[in-house]
Amino acid sequence: MSIFINEKTPVLVQGLTGRMGSFHAQEMIEYGTNVVAGVTPGKGGTTHLGKPVFNTVKEAVAATGAEASIVFVPPAYAADGIMEAAESGIKYCVSITDGIPTHDMIRVKRYLFARAKPEDRMILTGPNCAGTISPGKAMLGIMPGHIYMQGNVGLIGRSGTLGYEAASQMKELGIGISTGVGIGGDPINGSSFVEILKHFEKDDETEAVMIIGEIGGPQEAEAAEYFQKHMSKPVAAYIAGLTAPPGRLMGHAGAIVSGGKGSVEGKIEALEKAGDDMYDLEALIVSVSDKNYLNDNKFDVSIDIIDDGEQVLDTGGGIMNMISSTNEKNFLILNSL
Amino acid sequence: MNIHEYQAKKLLAEYGVPIPKGGVAHSATGAIYQANELGGDKWVVKAQLHSGARGKAGGVKICTSQREIAEFCDKLLGNNLVTHQTGPEGKMVSSIYVEEASDIAKELYFSIVLDRTSQKVTLIASTEGGMDIEKVAEETPEKISKIVIDPAVGMQPFQARQLVFTLDLPNKAIAAASRAVMKCYRAFRDTDANLLEINPMILTTDNKILAIDAKMSFDANALYRRPEIFEFRDKTQEDPRETHAAEHDLNYVGLDGNIGCLINGAGLAMATMDMIQHAGGEPANFLDIGGGASAERVATSIELVLSDDNVEAILVNIFAGINRCDWVAQGIVDLLNKRDIDIPLVVRLSGTNVEKGQKILKDSGKKVTTADTLSDAAHKVVAAWKKAKGK
Repeated sequence: MSIFINEKTPVLVQGLTGRMGSFHAQEMIEYGTNVVAGVTPGKGGTTHLGKPVFNTVKEAVAATGAEASIVFVPPAYAADGIMEAAESGIKYCVSITDGIPTHDMIRVKRYLFARAKPEDRMILTGPNCAGTISPGKAMLGIMPGHIYMQGNVGLIGRSGTLGYEAASQMKELGIGISTGVGIGGDPINGSSFVEILKHFEKDDETEAVMIIGEIGGPQEAEAAEYFQKHMSKPVAAYIAGLTAPPGRLMGHAGAIVSGGKGSVEGKIEALEKAGDDMYDLEALIVSVSDKNYLNDNKFDVSIDIIDDGEQVLDTGGGIMNMISSTNEKNFLILNSL
Repeated sequence: MNIHEYQAKKLLAEYGVPIPKGGVAHSATGAIYQANELGGDKWVVKAQLHSGARGKAGGVKICTSQREIAEFCDKLLGNNLVTHQTGPEGKMVSSIYVEEASDIAKELYFSIVLDRTSQKVTLIASTEGGMDIEKVAEETPEKISKIVIDPAVGMQPFQARQLVFTLDLPNKAIAAASRAVMKCYRAFRDTDANLLEINPMILTTDNKILAIDAKMSFDANALYRRPEIFEFRDKTQEDPRETHAAEHDLNYVGLDGNIGCLINGAGLAMATMDMIQHAGGEPANFLDIGGGASAERVATSIELVLSDDNVEAILVNIFAGINRCDWVAQGIVDLLNKRDIDIPLVVRLSGTNVEKGQKILKDSGKKVTTADTLSDAAHKVVAAWKKAKGK
């Protein structure tokens, strides 16, 4: 098993005939993804990359039974495309598009949540992400597929290239991935870390989860809390950008630390709180600064939570920084895979 | 995108939010003219720059004579004002806003934000106006009220009432306060704002509600459909390097250190900054060159990094997915053929066409230090920088 997509999942490409859609759909097909159709309004009835093109998602789903879709629609129209997918019965949707207005995403979320019960609700990941990959099975995204090794660790990340960095470091360590999910760098996203963790918790093939987070917003800290309360599987986490100055937007629309002590905007406060909880549970934020530490079975424990808003915690700078309730267990499981 | 107080007030006034009378000026003479237009014998004169905390920094003054206004303008206009939000260099005071003074009975706090926990538009109000709201939230959270807006139907009048009834206002002022709040919400909704903060919103001694300050910022991704907001952009308030970068579709944030960075992807760029600090250095910038970087784009990016005089070493870290390492390497070599770079240059390439890229660097015979991993790269650049500076 993997989550969201596998080699059989029938996939629809919204914006198939565009430059981006065309290029990446070709890559997805070559990877083995079961792409069944494309949607481009006005080009219905034609064929592109050997796949039928439809005018609407509804027609495409009716004709092909597509269950997942990937949206390569320009920012101004992307929210519309996502809602169209939800209305047409798509179960899993990835939005790659970077630059969707935040007010549009608020409406998208309202639409998704209002129109269906949780069990029937379309799962959206992204926007502004690299997509989702179940290595060796299917790829619904723009990532270089070859750097992902098939295995049993779930990977969730915000950033595209940092996700690649993590996947390739994991591959070098011999750690394979069950599914890699990009949740994107925008302030309002389809699914949070917690929502993806729930799916990994239920997935038989996933034995541990790696989170690649970043500054801005409360979702990483919420994931830490959720993990402590509800997960039986170990989770490792890395958070990028802790040395970023407060109040400056670091590339991603959502990557900003609100300045000031005890900032109302969740992140710092929530992280501190999660940090305190972890102290209580004798949990640690373990920072492993490079793979030699992993290989040598040594790791550098560094906890440095400062409350003045300048630095939340010292990750030690390594890609393999871990948040876990029992770091040794985590560490061993990750290492023995 | 941020705008000035006077621009935010103009916008809010168009939506019917009550504000004091006032006018903007770009010279001392202009400011005195505005004061004469307003009449009276007391004016609030305010430096316009993209920063809060202007009062504490000396950017706001109550003046009672033309001479005082002129002195204030001469001191501030065209000069940089340092507040605790601007950083050590401060920001330029590009204009002066002159406003009639109000008789304040009560100061309130009011803001509208995109709350990332509820993922909805949220209104925040407090009886503790004029204070640092983050401090209020921390010390006396019970003094803060919040209302979350359903995006499908928008804000309803009862929600405005719920909010303003928590503010200990006299009954006579409730209707006016509710209306002001509703109008602020409409302005926020219609302009793709992501922040509207009025601190303070005041109750006057004759029971009127007035927005004394106004701060607004807008979603950059939505400016394409808000040309009237884009008109408010003031480039004097931006870091010229960031403006220059944006013109080349690069994402640059100037920082205070000496290690210049050039990376593809925002997340990887942040991770690289963290790693540089971990290795004992300080990044001079955040720079995301994006996907599909051509040789030319890479060269432009390096030039941009070098335009910061504080840069004493450079780290290029590329994980090529859509990018190609050979293009990046070619861009570096092209630039080195054109000009000398006499500071350490460390390049880490990974991903698509990495061997080709490394070969290009090696065959060029240029002085480039290569690194295999992120950690290796950060340590190498910091070591090279320390060596070059004799540390």
